[in-house]
Amino acid sequence: MNSLRQRFRSALEALDHVQAEAVLKQALAETAPLEMIERLVVPVMEQLGAEWDSGTLALSQIYMGSRMCEQLLGRFLQLGTAKLRPSPRMAVVVLSDYHMLGKRIVHSVMRASGYDILDYGRLDVGALVHRITADRLDILLVSVLMLPSALKVRELRDALDARGVRLRIAVGGAPFLFDPALWREVGADAMGRTASDAIGIVERWTEEAAA
Amino acid sequence: MTTTSLQRVLTTLGHCEPDRVPLFLLTTLHGAKETGLSLRDYFSRSDQVIEGQMRLLQRYRGDCLYPFFYASLEVEAFGGETIFIEDGPPNCGCPIIHRPEDIDRLEPPRVAESACLTRVLETIAGLKARVGDTVPIIGVAISPFSLPVMQMGFDRYLELIHEHPDRFARLMAVNEAFCAEWANAQLAAGATAICYFDPVSSQTIVPRDLYLKTGQEVAKRTLARIQGPTATHLASGRGLGIVADIAATGTAVLGVSALDNLAELKAAAAGKVTLLGNLNGIEMRHWTPELAESAVKRAIAAAGRGGGFILSDNHGEIPWQVPDEVLLSIRAAVDRWGRYPLDWVDHQAAS
Repeated sequence: MNSLRQRFRSALEALDHVQAEAVLKQALAETAPLEMIERLVVPVMEQLGAEWDSGTLALSQIYMGSRMCEQLLGRFLQLGTAKLRPSPRMAVVVLSDYHMLGKRIVHSVMRASGYDILDYGRLDVGALVHRITADRLDILLVSVLMLPSALKVRELRDALDARGVRLRIAVGGAPFLFDPALWREVGADAMGRTASDAIGIVERWTEEAAA
Repeated sequence: MTTTSLQRVLTTLGHCEPDRVPLFLLTTLHGAKETGLSLRDYFSRSDQVIEGQMRLLQRYRGDCLYPFFYASLEVEAFGGETIFIEDGPPNCGCPIIHRPEDIDRLEPPRVAESACLTRVLETIAGLKARVGDTVPIIGVAISPFSLPVMQMGFDRYLELIHEHPDRFARLMAVNEAFCAEWANAQLAAGATAICYFDPVSSQTIVPRDLYLKTGQEVAKRTLARIQGPTATHLASGRGLGIVADIAATGTAVLGVSALDNLAELKAAAAGKVTLLGNLNGIEMRHWTPELAESAVKRAIAAAGRGGGFILSDNHGEIPWQVPDEVLLSIRAAVDRWGRYPLDWVDHQAAS
C-alpha cells in the first residue's frame, strides 16, 4: 500500500487524472472500498493537508486534487448513495461570509473519505440554527475567511446554548490560523488547520460518541 | 530640518536608513469610527473618507495616507454588488461571471464612467490638496490575476486556470487593461504609489511553477503599464520562496505575511525589494502595550537594518476590531525602537 500511496499522492499533486484512476482501480481490486479509503485516500489527504500547512503545497493543488479524488471515487463507489461507513449527522457551512473555497475542499475531502455530509452552502446565524435543529446534527464544520465571520461562531454557539441544542462545532479558515487561541474564544470544540484535519476530528468525535 | 514621511519612505525604498523605520498603519475602516458613521455611509462620500484619513493620520502619525475603500469596489465597476456588514470589510456579492462563456463578452469598465471609482479619485485628489508632497498617498489596484476570485468565485477561478487556458488568457487581457487604467487614474489624481494586491500569486494559493507561468507574467505586463511606483501585496499569503520572482516583476515593495520568517524574507529581499509588514493583524486585537512593543521590536530587529523596510500589518488592512490603544502602542513602540541606527539590535543580539 505504501507504493500505491506514493503514486496516488504524486498523481493528485500533478493533477494526473489517468494515473490517479489507475491507482484507485488497482487498490480497489486488492482491498474492500472502506479499507482502501482508510489506508490509501485518508492518509494521502492528510499528508497533502500537512504539506499545505507547512507551506510546501499550495491551496490550488489541494483544491484541484481533492476535487479529482472526489470525482473518481464518486464514479467507482457511488458516493452519496452507497453508505460506506457509519457517519454522524453532520454538515459543512460557510458562516456569514461569501468565500466558498474552504467549504468546497472540506466537502470533497469528507466525501472522498467515505463520510456522508450535508452541504449547507452559505448561511447566517439565524438560518443556520434553524437548519441545525431541523436536521438534528451531531457535528457542524464551519468554514470562514473573514475575522467578523469567525467571531460569529460565538453568536452561533450562544444561540444554540440558549435553545438547549448540543452539537460539536469544528472551525477552520484563515483567522484561526493567524490566531491559534481564536477557536476557543468563539466557543468551538475544535479547530482544523487544514481541510483534511476534519477527518481526524470527526473520527475522534465519532469514537467518543460510540464509547 | 524635519524629515517628512515621504522623504523617510523614499530613503528606505532606496535601501538606505532614514531617521526612523517608516510606519504604515493601513487603517481604512477605522475612518468610519473616527467620523461616527456606518461603513456604508462613510464610503458613500469622498469628503468623509478624506476627513477620516486625515484624522487617522493626525491620531497615529503614520507615514502614509491610505484612500483604499474596499476590494469589491472594482467588481462594482464591472457591474457587481457590494454587501456591507457592520464590523468588517464589505463583501463582494454574487459573481459577475456565472459561466466561463461569460468571459468572452466581458469588457473592461471605463474608470471615468464609474461613480464608485470616481469617488476614490476625488478622495485621492482631496488628500493630495491637504498634504502635498509631505505624506505618501497609497492607491490600490487589485491584480488582474487576483480579481477573478471576486468576479467568478475562487473554486471556479482555480478550475479556469487549470482547465480553460484560452478563457483564462482572455480574462487576464480584460483585467490587465482595467487595472492599468485604474492605477494610472489614481496616480494622475495624486497617488504617490499603487499597492498591487495579489494574494493569488502567493505560495499559499498557487505553487511557484504555476505562478511563473501565470501571476508573474500578468504582473510583468501590468506593472509595465502603470506609470508610477508599485508595491505588491500578498495579503497574508506566504511569499518567501518567490521574493526574487516578485522583485523581477518591477515592483518596489513586497507586502509579506506573518506566516513567513521576516529575517529570512529580509535576507532574500535585501537590495532587491523593500519589505512591508508583517505584524499579525488578527492577534493584534488582544495585544497589551507590552505585547505590541514586543512585536514591533521583533519586526524591526528582523528587518530594519539597512533600510528597505516599512513596518505594517501583514494583510494590508487592520481589522475593525483592533482597538485604538493597540494602534497607539504600536506608534509609541516605533518611536522608541525604530530610530536609526538601531544599535540596540546589535546589543540585544550580543546579550
